[in-house]
Amino acid sequence: MLDSGLGELQAALAARRVSSVELTQLYLGRIRDLNGPLNAFITVDEKTSLEQARRADERRARGAVGPLTGIPVAHKDIFCTRQLRTTCGSKMLEHYTSPYDAHVVEQFERAGAVQLGKTNMDEFAMGSSNETSYFGPVRNPWDRNRVPGGSSGGSAVAVAARMAPVATGTDTGGSIRQPAALTGVCGLKPTYGLVSRYGMVAFASSLDQGGPMARSAADLALLLNVMAGHDARDSTSLPRAKEDYTRGLALPLNGLRIGLPREYFGEGVEPGVRDCVRAALGWFEKQGARTVPVELPNAALAVPVYYVLAPAEASSNLSRFDGVRYGHRAKEFADLADMYCRTRAEGFGAEVKRRILVGTYVLSHGYYDAYYLKAQKVRRLIARDFAAAFAQCDLIMGPTTPGTAFALGAKMDDPVQMYLNDIFTIPAPLAGLPALSVPCGFDAQGLPVGLQMMGNHFAEAMLLGAAHQYQRATDWHQRVPKEAPL
Amino acid sequence: MAWEIVVGIETHTQLRTRSKMFSGAATAFGAPPNAQASAVDIALPGVLPVANAAAVEMAVKFGLAVGGVINRRSVFARKNYFYPDLPKGYQISQYEIPIVAGGVLKIALAAGEKTVRLTRAHLEEDAGKSLHEDYHGMTGIDLNRAGTPLLEIVSEPDLRGAKEAVAYARTLHDLVTWIHICDGNMEEGSFRCDANVSVRRVGDKNLGTRSETKNLNSFVFMEQAIEFEARRQIELLENGGMVVQETRLYDPEKGETRPMRTKEDAHDYRYFPDPDLLPLVVSDSMIEKIRASLPKSRGDLRKELIESYGLTPAQAQVLTSNIETSTFALSTFAGQPKEAWPNLANWIAGPLAARLNRENKAISDSNVTPEQLKELYGFVASGVISSSAATGVVLPAMWDGEGGAARIIAQRDLKQMSDTGALEKIVDEVLAKNAKQVEDYRAGRQKAFNSLVGQVMKATQGKANPGQVNQILKAKLGR
Repeated sequence: MLDSGLGELQAALAARRVSSVELTQLYLGRIRDLNGPLNAFITVDEKTSLEQARRADERRARGAVGPLTGIPVAHKDIFCTRQLRTTCGSKMLEHYTSPYDAHVVEQFERAGAVQLGKTNMDEFAMGSSNETSYFGPVRNPWDRNRVPGGSSGGSAVAVAARMAPVATGTDTGGSIRQPAALTGVCGLKPTYGLVSRYGMVAFASSLDQGGPMARSAADLALLLNVMAGHDARDSTSLPRAKEDYTRGLALPLNGLRIGLPREYFGEGVEPGVRDCVRAALGWFEKQGARTVPVELPNAALAVPVYYVLAPAEASSNLSRFDGVRYGHRAKEFADLADMYCRTRAEGFGAEVKRRILVGTYVLSHGYYDAYYLKAQKVRRLIARDFAAAFAQCDLIMGPTTPGTAFALGAKMDDPVQMYLNDIFTIPAPLAGLPALSVPCGFDAQGLPVGLQMMGNHFAEAMLLGAAHQYQRATDWHQRVPKEAPL
Repeated sequence: MAWEIVVGIETHTQLRTRSKMFSGAATAFGAPPNAQASAVDIALPGVLPVANAAAVEMAVKFGLAVGGVINRRSVFARKNYFYPDLPKGYQISQYEIPIVAGGVLKIALAAGEKTVRLTRAHLEEDAGKSLHEDYHGMTGIDLNRAGTPLLEIVSEPDLRGAKEAVAYARTLHDLVTWIHICDGNMEEGSFRCDANVSVRRVGDKNLGTRSETKNLNSFVFMEQAIEFEARRQIELLENGGMVVQETRLYDPEKGETRPMRTKEDAHDYRYFPDPDLLPLVVSDSMIEKIRASLPKSRGDLRKELIESYGLTPAQAQVLTSNIETSTFALSTFAGQPKEAWPNLANWIAGPLAARLNRENKAISDSNVTPEQLKELYGFVASGVISSSAATGVVLPAMWDGEGGAARIIAQRDLKQMSDTGALEKIVDEVLAKNAKQVEDYRAGRQKAFNSLVGQVMKATQGKANPGQVNQILKAKLGR
């Protein structure tokens, strides 16, 4: 049962082979066993989850069945929930409980899902290894001495280690796709504006996008059906008609044009990663797909552009954490300025402070044009590169990350090395494009490798179809992590 | 050489929307602290702003009224600074591209009309309030005002001295209340001005260093503050000193301005476009719709009431005191014959205005409707009741909810006396009782005659026709 996808779980619940309470208990037990060593969850409240499961069973008995009725879902701790605290991985919000549910959480509730708990993450989603969490690092179930990636590392590990059948994540520069790749699961970052950001604690507003994480692309499609949709409370939410993202799962690969950006296959990609990605591309070609070289000449600038724009927005978004109305407040202070300084010095970790400083700097009088404005211009150039590339191909493929999971602590002292881990995931959000990561093999050390697929705006159904076809022919996503045996 | 005082005014006008600039919370004044602060106003984690369409329409309305350029695409920006009553740590405002650019305001001065250029008008949200009194040594925060929509209207430094500045502020106040985008209540802070003041030698083309005096919430304080500020700067310069660019506050009790902060410790607001809000797009069709809804200017309407409706300047003045009154008057006049207008205007400007005033009501909440006034006029015009009965009896009864004119006239038996015999009898009685007035009248005092008419009207409960009373009285008094 722990190994089942959403389709099997839905069938089992519908046939009354299992109740939601039983299913929830199963996963709660698994969390109890594994969360100590893996630290994937920050908050689990068994009573709340079981109560929700009991009510789901009642609704099913009455015949009121939604698409996810009774299915346990883990939420990244960036989504506001009324019933469980929302820490965003920070001391600043250690004891904060939101008085309202995020739009995404509401959508899952409407679909009938059960909240399994809140997953660990890099503090305020700032990190690529899940080591910046105030609640301690998450460990990779393929090797506990390695990081799971970040910032949605808790969600990725929860899914990889079968502590949850599916989970939500958020992606700003790769925070869904990179941990998905490093833990051997699937993750999709939708087109910007497809999933409402209302109730998602903001990191970088123009880039943040919620998305699903699961073991299969088919499950991602079912989850996206629930998560996507217009929300008037988010001015950047797109007023589009609802789509069925499962409709393209049977995508014919014959004739599919796959763009291969030169920039994604150069130096700096580990051989283990390169070989797996090449093999996967070979499989697509065997199915009749055609690979075409494309160019993303400004992609090399994506990391610096991102590390100007994201911190700029973050420095402003995080100003609300001032100790005045909620969250951490320093116990002792001399005056107002001192209260702000101590509260924020105590409440934020090193990486968050680093980004607030960088963001404040690039927005400062005299530096704005040289940094922020210049970065915005390059951002438009990157988007233009993608538009030109998609004139020649249907999808773009390449590695999700240059390497597999690295050792805990290996990059914590070198932020630039850490940032470069996102080199392949950062371009898509800068252009607002959808992208997913799907497992495509293991390197020599037995660590999972992710294949990234990027699509044009609103090409989610095609991305999911391509990934689903690949998963029908491969079993990478069915492998069980060594350190989380069933 | 003489000094010239140069003033530019920035005005924060609170827009009269029901809800806030970026949240659904109410904007009404006077609620208990934080009763009108929503999750968005408190800036809880995860909340997002949504621009208020009504506020946008009001800004466009203002732009059209002053002949400014309506930017089809304007941009909301974040102005970042820390303060306890600024929940997000930034204020959403418009910076590089405001919704209204340019425009002019014509002000009346003793020397004639002057055209003042406007720089811009932009939308923004207000901050909350810090309450420093009596919280056990702590500061209280009230976020009811946080997020209230403001239109900040900035003038060019075209004003010369305190008097012109006040004339400008009054004219602007008059305009924003007339076009109904601001309630104009200065005590509640709905209309507050900052004055940028500098001085220079007459003939000098360059502007002097300015100071900005904040939050002038009355015309009197504004005049005093600018006068003080100009005097201070002139004295400083004449004594060989330099004016420092700084923000100052006016203390009405001491009648002086005091420095608040200097340019050196000015904030770096780190403005940047708010990524939570898309550029604000105003369509041509929206602009045309708003243009069509713009009222005639107060001056034009006043002129029309005098020239086309035959009203006196005094009547026209009262009927254009605010837009609600003029709307009420025009809908009362509609469909009525020309000769009815002065009479109807009298009722609105006289007894109705007095009653509204006494009960502290706006005309939009009047107990008496334009339709009722028209009906009442019909009975006067056809001679069924006298004008004095209409004014003295029917109008107050209508106000008190006794129903329409027909019903009140019937119930109170107010039909005019048409029986000359009966009227003559009453006149005789009045003359008999008022020998002194008769004598006075005969001695040539017109006042005595009016008093006798009044007595007769009173005795008939206003039912007599005053013309007829005049006639009979004159006949009986032998003139």
